[in-house]
Amino acid sequence: MDIIHSEHTHQESFISKYIFSRDHKMIAKQFMITGFTMGFIGIIMSVLFRLQLGWPGERFWINDLLLGSWANGGVIAPDKYLALVTMHGTIMVFFMLTAGLSGTFSNLLIPLQIGARDMASGFINMLSYWIFFISCIVMLVSLGVEGGAASAGWTIYPPLSALPEAIPGSGLGMTLWLVAMALFITSSLIGSLNYIVTIINLRTKGMTFTRLPLTIWSFLVTAILGVLSFPVLLSAVLLLVFDRSFGTSFYLSDIYIGGQALERFGGSPILFEHLFWFLGHPEVYIVLLPSLGITSEIVSTMSRKPIFGYKFMIGSILAIGGLSFIVWGHHMFVTGMNPFLGAVFTITTLLIAIPSAIKVFNYLTTLWRGNIIFSPAMLFSIGLISTFITGGLTGLILGDATLDINVHDTYFVVGHFHIVMGLSAVFGTFAGVYHWFPKMFGKMMNNTWGQIHFWITIVTAYGVFFPMHFLGLAGVPRRYYTNSTFPMFDDFVNLNEIISIFAIIAFLGQLIFLFNFLYSIFKGKKATQNPWNSNTLEWTTPVKHIHGNWPGEIPEVHRWPYDYNKPGYEEFIPQNIPLKEGEIESSH
Amino acid sequence: MLLLSAFLFILILFLITFFYLKGGDFKEMFKENPDDLKFDEQENRTQGWLFIAFGIGFLLFILFLIFKWGGSILPESGSVHGADVDSLMLITGVIISIVFVITHVLLFFFVFKYAFNKNRKPAFFTHNLKLELLWTALPAMVLVLLISIGLYNWNSIMKPLDDKDDKVLIEIYAKQFDWTARYAGNDGKLGRANIVLINNANFLGIDTTDVVSFDDKIVKNEFHIPVNKPVQFVFRAQDVMHSAYMPHFRAQMNCVPGLKTQFNFTPKYTTQEMRRITKNPDFDYMLLCNKICGMAHFAMKMKIVVESEEDYNKWLAINPTFR
Repeated sequence: MDIIHSEHTHQESFISKYIFSRDHKMIAKQFMITGFTMGFIGIIMSVLFRLQLGWPGERFWINDLLLGSWANGGVIAPDKYLALVTMHGTIMVFFMLTAGLSGTFSNLLIPLQIGARDMASGFINMLSYWIFFISCIVMLVSLGVEGGAASAGWTIYPPLSALPEAIPGSGLGMTLWLVAMALFITSSLIGSLNYIVTIINLRTKGMTFTRLPLTIWSFLVTAILGVLSFPVLLSAVLLLVFDRSFGTSFYLSDIYIGGQALERFGGSPILFEHLFWFLGHPEVYIVLLPSLGITSEIVSTMSRKPIFGYKFMIGSILAIGGLSFIVWGHHMFVTGMNPFLGAVFTITTLLIAIPSAIKVFNYLTTLWRGNIIFSPAMLFSIGLISTFITGGLTGLILGDATLDINVHDTYFVVGHFHIVMGLSAVFGTFAGVYHWFPKMFGKMMNNTWGQIHFWITIVTAYGVFFPMHFLGLAGVPRRYYTNSTFPMFDDFVNLNEIISIFAIIAFLGQLIFLFNFLYSIFKGKKATQNPWNSNTLEWTTPVKHIHGNWPGEIPEVHRWPYDYNKPGYEEFIPQNIPLKEGEIESSH
Repeated sequence: MLLLSAFLFILILFLITFFYLKGGDFKEMFKENPDDLKFDEQENRTQGWLFIAFGIGFLLFILFLIFKWGGSILPESGSVHGADVDSLMLITGVIISIVFVITHVLLFFFVFKYAFNKNRKPAFFTHNLKLELLWTALPAMVLVLLISIGLYNWNSIMKPLDDKDDKVLIEIYAKQFDWTARYAGNDGKLGRANIVLINNANFLGIDTTDVVSFDDKIVKNEFHIPVNKPVQFVFRAQDVMHSAYMPHFRAQMNCVPGLKTQFNFTPKYTTQEMRRITKNPDFDYMLLCNKICGMAHFAMKMKIVVESEEDYNKWLAINPTFR
């Protein structure tokens, strides 16, 4: 497969190098910039609705400025509040944490770490990005149409999402949402196929599956999850399009709305929930697994110690991936689904705690007796271990049908999934950016600002999401425009203010990152070839990017990637260094 | 807003102080050699201490939350089955708190203790089957316990009432954006309903030719239930999905157009008793909507009154029958 990109002598035009590039390194950057831009928009939305939740009814000039007609007089309208919540969820889950995270690091690291010249198909890779880009544009355009953007929650349960009479956002805004998601799924599917094919077929000589870095293992399982589950969402989306535009009744039955009974019979919204969550739950791991992979790599490198329990780590990634397909029903305990199914899904859901616990204890053992260097990437990785524990544990409550009855759809859920999936994935993303920034841009990011960024982020992030568990235990439902209609929630007025303040500071903290990121691209210190003394193959490529990654032969792999401080040998031994005479390959 | 300004002020102060401590030269902050990172023990030690500080701060923050708002969470359950839910919640809560504390103490202690030191030689410790099996088996054992209790409770909570049981049958009807309750009346049966029959006078779409519907009673704004008697709820929705959430009874069930759902519980305390328990003279049981249903989702509520069977019968008698 050497032939594809090994000829890098031809001059490239600006367009083929920076825009319609087929080089995985450039496509990774494109995914990152686009994904982060979407993420930035998503974060701004959350700050705006946090203002409303912290100080209901108060006028804010920033609302006038950014939202215009959505917030007449500086107060967000109730249905536009729902539009903000919906778009925040959609953008963060899909555009930032799926495409922005997987798109960036799978593209960047898969060929570099397995020793391949590029992805199996550079063209499909390019296509994947550009379909994603169009999807972003459609999603952003939907913010500006009449009736506003989709407002039925990021889960877009019909009939609310199917009937424009039910909420203004279910008009053109919802149509565009569905179109954007169909495009997004297409992009994600062809991208994932490419990742899988590349990992299976293009590994360099000696790179057996038990010598793959854990990042690659997690990207592989993530891609498989995506390929198996996203088509189901696509079908759900298409059926919803039919119901909305062509008069079918897949999800609709016995509905009286807008003064008339609809001629729709026989469908069921529960069907949509099943289809949606069949993707929806694996999606959680599509978001989370790459972060766990990135963290495994960084924790080992920065502790100067091999990852503990390499094979159990692979096993737990596979177990989490497998189990994620048979737990979707825990989102539906109180939908009227047969209680017997509730019991089954309780068992399968709680089982996920086992591989998760293995991962946590293996991380802890890796840190034990290490020699830890606190680069910003390492700080965020440690932060991820903390959020993964905190958020994972409350999953034991939500996954238990009995307990879920009373905390379902409350702020307890909001706190739980933001910590375990949102924060963990975001921390993993930041860790990855700080760690592989030298590889991407040939420059170093500033450490001090990275450390400040980390500490502001972890303090404010816990400040925002930890108190939400208390709101949830008091029965405060999510997606409420204001809690002031219920006197029973009056005790929490101050707590909501505190959460909002933390959210604002958290947002300001991200500006530090943004500044550091942009500043370092242009003015950062030049990077050396292997700034972290790491073992994986990407650090054997030259700092300046070239097509085909390695100027000469592709390196051959002789050992696993975690030979740090192997007794009797060098401090670190990259994978391409052959075994010394008499050296035994580390058992793992 | 005062609180917000104060916080922002402190943040800015913090950044200025930091800036000053770093030498006050903006350019200086970007002049560091990346290679120094690995060998600067002082810097790594500082980060280790920061993790200890963070761990303590986190704990204090949690204690502050418990102290300040721990009393504002839902009071003791107002239903019989709710006690089981709460006790399982307590067991799970204790287990996860213990695991949370242990793992976090280990995490922060390890990163503190093993912060970079140029004289330390890290251990080459790749795997240990016994250890790994230990922390596979340990969570598995705890889970067996949690799953067993959980399933036992779940099955008993979700078991429908028998037809012959002495019970109150109530239909909760959800539409944008209010609730309606319909009592089955003396015959203990709810009359048929169909959306095509809906009009302004008959917004539940009840079949007026169905004899069973004649003694049904329709109430709005608040509904009453007797204490210590099983209540069988049937849920219907008119337009979009809603969710009938009665947090004080540990009860929740979605209301789905085209699908009848159900839930039953037995109230344990009357509203008056609950006012004494919570020491809140204004306490009321509430029915909330807990599934996003449109613009006024946040305002969809109905008051629930639990009273003695005698008072309940009196209240019910005042309400007119459907026909």
